[in-house]
Amino acid sequence: MPTLTIDGKEVTVEPGTTVLQACEEIGVEVPRFCYHERLSIAGNCRMCLVDMERSPKPIASCAMPAGDGMVIHTNTERVKKAREGVMEFLLINHPLDCPICDQGGECDLQDQAMAFGRGVNRFDENKRAVEDKHMGPLISTTMTRCIHCMRCVRFSEEVAGVDDMGALWRGEHSEITTYLEKTLDSEMSGNVIDLCPVGALTSKPYAFTARSWELKHTESIDVMDAVGSNISVDTRGAAVMRILPRLNEDVNEEWISDKTRFVYDGLKKRRLDRPYIRKNRKLEEATWGDAFEAIKKKLTGVKGDEIAAIVGDLADMESMLALKDLMASFGASRIEGRQDGAAIDASVRAGYLFNTGIANIEEADYLLLVGCDPRNEAPIVNTRIRNAVRHHGLKVGNIGNAADLTYKVEEFGDDAKFIKAASTGRHEAAKALKAAKNPMIVVGQAALAREDGAAILKAARDIADRYCIREDWNGFNLLHTAAARVGAMDLGLTADGGVDAILDDAEAGKLKAVILLGADEVDTSALKKTFTVYLGTHGDEGVKNADVILPGAAYTEKSGTYINTEGRVQRTEKAHFAPGDAREDWTILRALSDIVGTTLPYNTIGELRARLAEAAPATAIRDERPSEVWGDFGTKGDIAEGGIAPIIDNFYLTNPIARASQIMADCVAARGFEDEEATGTHG
Amino acid sequence: MLADKDRIFTNLYGFESPGIEAAMKRGDWDGTKDLIAKGKDWIINEMKESGLRGRGGAGFPTGLKWSFMPKESDGRPSYLVINADEGEPGTCKDRDLMRHDPHKLLEGCLIAGFAMNAIAAYIYIRGEFYREAEALERAIEEAYAKGFLGKNACGTGYDFDIYVHRGAGAYICGEETALIESLEGKKGQPRLKPPFPANVGVWGCPTTVNNVESIAVAPTILRRGASWFSGLGRPNNTGTKVFSISGHVNNPCNVEEEMGIPLKELIEKHAGGVRGGWDNLLAVIPGGSSVPVLPKEICDTVLMDFDSLREVQSGLGTAAVIVMDKSTDIVKAIARLSEFYKHESCGQCTPCREGTGWMWRVMERLVEGKAEKSEIDTLLDVSKQIEGHTICALGDAAAWPIQGLMRHFRHEVEARIDAYHAKAAE
Repeated sequence: MPTLTIDGKEVTVEPGTTVLQACEEIGVEVPRFCYHERLSIAGNCRMCLVDMERSPKPIASCAMPAGDGMVIHTNTERVKKAREGVMEFLLINHPLDCPICDQGGECDLQDQAMAFGRGVNRFDENKRAVEDKHMGPLISTTMTRCIHCMRCVRFSEEVAGVDDMGALWRGEHSEITTYLEKTLDSEMSGNVIDLCPVGALTSKPYAFTARSWELKHTESIDVMDAVGSNISVDTRGAAVMRILPRLNEDVNEEWISDKTRFVYDGLKKRRLDRPYIRKNRKLEEATWGDAFEAIKKKLTGVKGDEIAAIVGDLADMESMLALKDLMASFGASRIEGRQDGAAIDASVRAGYLFNTGIANIEEADYLLLVGCDPRNEAPIVNTRIRNAVRHHGLKVGNIGNAADLTYKVEEFGDDAKFIKAASTGRHEAAKALKAAKNPMIVVGQAALAREDGAAILKAARDIADRYCIREDWNGFNLLHTAAARVGAMDLGLTADGGVDAILDDAEAGKLKAVILLGADEVDTSALKKTFTVYLGTHGDEGVKNADVILPGAAYTEKSGTYINTEGRVQRTEKAHFAPGDAREDWTILRALSDIVGTTLPYNTIGELRARLAEAAPATAIRDERPSEVWGDFGTKGDIAEGGIAPIIDNFYLTNPIARASQIMADCVAARGFEDEEATGTHG
Repeated sequence: MLADKDRIFTNLYGFESPGIEAAMKRGDWDGTKDLIAKGKDWIINEMKESGLRGRGGAGFPTGLKWSFMPKESDGRPSYLVINADEGEPGTCKDRDLMRHDPHKLLEGCLIAGFAMNAIAAYIYIRGEFYREAEALERAIEEAYAKGFLGKNACGTGYDFDIYVHRGAGAYICGEETALIESLEGKKGQPRLKPPFPANVGVWGCPTTVNNVESIAVAPTILRRGASWFSGLGRPNNTGTKVFSISGHVNNPCNVEEEMGIPLKELIEKHAGGVRGGWDNLLAVIPGGSSVPVLPKEICDTVLMDFDSLREVQSGLGTAAVIVMDKSTDIVKAIARLSEFYKHESCGQCTPCREGTGWMWRVMERLVEGKAEKSEIDTLLDVSKQIEGHTICALGDAAAWPIQGLMRHFRHEVEARIDAYHAKAAE
């Protein structure tokens, strides 16, 4: 462990630490632009120059490994001059357009120019101008502002795994661009906006809509996938202006996917902002009172087995529990939380969690994907896997659809029968798992959504049981796609036959009423004849055949508990109010209970959460990854030959908020998913 | 003056054939096997004793450089890379060596490669040197045919291959780490040091990058002995050196001379003197475009070696002597060099990317005198802000010519500014 002296203070650091990191450890600030702890070291901005004794030249502290006996000075006249010099060079060709730059107020260049710059300009020549580049619907470019730190290039190459970005030309003519000015072919592209230390790459949807200092930041959780990325929801008044990532080393580090970042315009579009009642096959606006009365009229006298409920992918645990309690007051327990029909077994908690943990992917040395496309289902998890492949020697095998996951994958083929073979040890994949020290198996919802899903789950469980379970290591993982799913399983929201049986019974007239809690991923045409109450946020699939519509609150508009795919309990916070008459879902159910049945026994969110802690004890501990007891789950059975159909056909359109978002639609078009040709009536 | 018997490059002017038979008559490939048989330590020690300093510009002791290579492989192979990307303006020595005496380089590669455990040598040759690349390829073919290269090279039991890689015309690819990047097929941009190439070089393997001349002189040094070589020149500046003399001389040429020869003697004896006589001399850039210019007063007496030129705040560089007589517009000449460095900056790090363009623009105005006198100091300050703050030495190379100009010809620049303002006032 090298010990070095920085500004007279001795510090001992881990081998491999750089001088800059050593400075940070003892709180000595070193300015930098190109250095970023999650990217490779470029050393090109030269802002971090410090003096090292016995070195004739100042050294780039970001790139210099700390050595034993080094004597570093960061406060000498020479260092000051070097910083001033670099600052001056960065500014000579940087436009003075801070008043109209979206980065203004949160710009590294601004801040460091204030702190380390000379404050006067000696440059009398014409400034360089650079043509802006087209980078798709998410990233707005003002390339004249670029300071060539290459963070964006390194990010796309190293983290996102697409080498579409790079620098053209050389010297002062260097220009950053994407290949042929195409959209970055990545679900993580928006992160370059955060990485850009200046205003060269800014958010296109956010462009000129707000200044950073006007915004209220609310620390919250993302629900676009089951990762539970930590986000900051930035609002002005009643509107979400942007969403930024928050640091959480165990979950999303400091990245978020493009869907997480840019879905927010969907919060304003196609919203349900008042109750509706269907009269003569047409939906009419109604008051809360009328809507509740209409429900009461239909539900009076309905027996417990004549009513069912389906819970959607974005539901918070509070509303799910309120719904469960409400249903119980009718004597009903038929609530289904697996919209996609995945045969998840709720009886053993370890059987439906990502047990290894997202961060621990980096500990693993072999990972077998089973019917799972992490790039589309959870880009953050995919980023971790890529990082582990690049830096920690992880090898990945795949049984299922071959897709470009941005890292090398050994493809075993898209046939479910291999899972069976592997579970008895007669497959390459089994051998690889056996040989590995810390093996992982990641089962996707696609594999479980097949007819024989329960048997696949059992086979996957058996594979894990054979190879992936140790006292200190649980390598069995279910990668969920829905934010609500683990919470729903914890609350036991499973029904025999699943969604399909509910829809079949409804169509057959066996059900008198169905309640949809934000369920938009099921085909509701089967509910035409059944009395259907839809409680949700958007005019999406769920409202098509609903008879009463109750407007709920989206994830940014309520404080709700979510459990991510690892079993980590996290909470969203209310960043702004839901539009119009819309209310937080649990309060609606609580109010409804007053009218239609037995009043639910909680008046505040606190009381509800106390009840939640009883119903789902896991929710008592927040922000921690649990380690669950291994067990037996799934159902023994035959596994049919044949491919595993992907569970997500379009990354950008997986939920009602995303489908309402224009930005997501633009992404779909830009990434070339759209096969429908534009007609004269488009736009 | 160097005696003919002490010349290493006996076919520098191409009077004889560059082919292997002629080369062997001149003494190349003579007893190579015996040299190698003396062992790695002997070779490296002999090179250290000879006092040979790298001929590419920086003057780092060659033997010492070789000794940095790992003695035992950790599983990675080692490589020797020859820097034949001769791009420094004014320099044309390696070009003639490769054209007329390629076997000296090839034999040097084999011996140096053996001394550092390399499995192969890559000769990275400047893209514009098309004929020279051909000459090298031909020579390599001849050497393979004779069994001097390839499996069991020269019958030593040591396997060694030489490959020629042509560059694509960027000055920066002459910088050793940028050269390595380029050799790997990437954009030629210098790497951060540490790690140094001797630890992490081509494809992440230990690598030594040497100039053509440094390697080409090695076999002769080993054959004739370190003491012979170190007996030439001055202490710490030993041996012979190929000088490229260009510009306003009667007979521009490449010539091999003893280190430490007086500049005046070099020009008068070998280049036919300055055009119009020594008194018509204005200034000399003694070591390629990167080093500061020297005015006539210094040129009268200065010796041509690393330390002497360093004492007068210039450098030997590649020993490319650029002579300028009194007809030269010295400001314009240096401004042209500034344009060159602006053009060749790779754009990776800030001071060089932004600073070279700034300096060039100011220089262009100074050529006309369209500036304030205070801008001279600003310009010098800017050059100091670049110098020593960049990843590679291109930043220094861009700063030094301007610093040299202002050190010795500031009066000329000021006069020009005065003249411009006087004319503008009319």
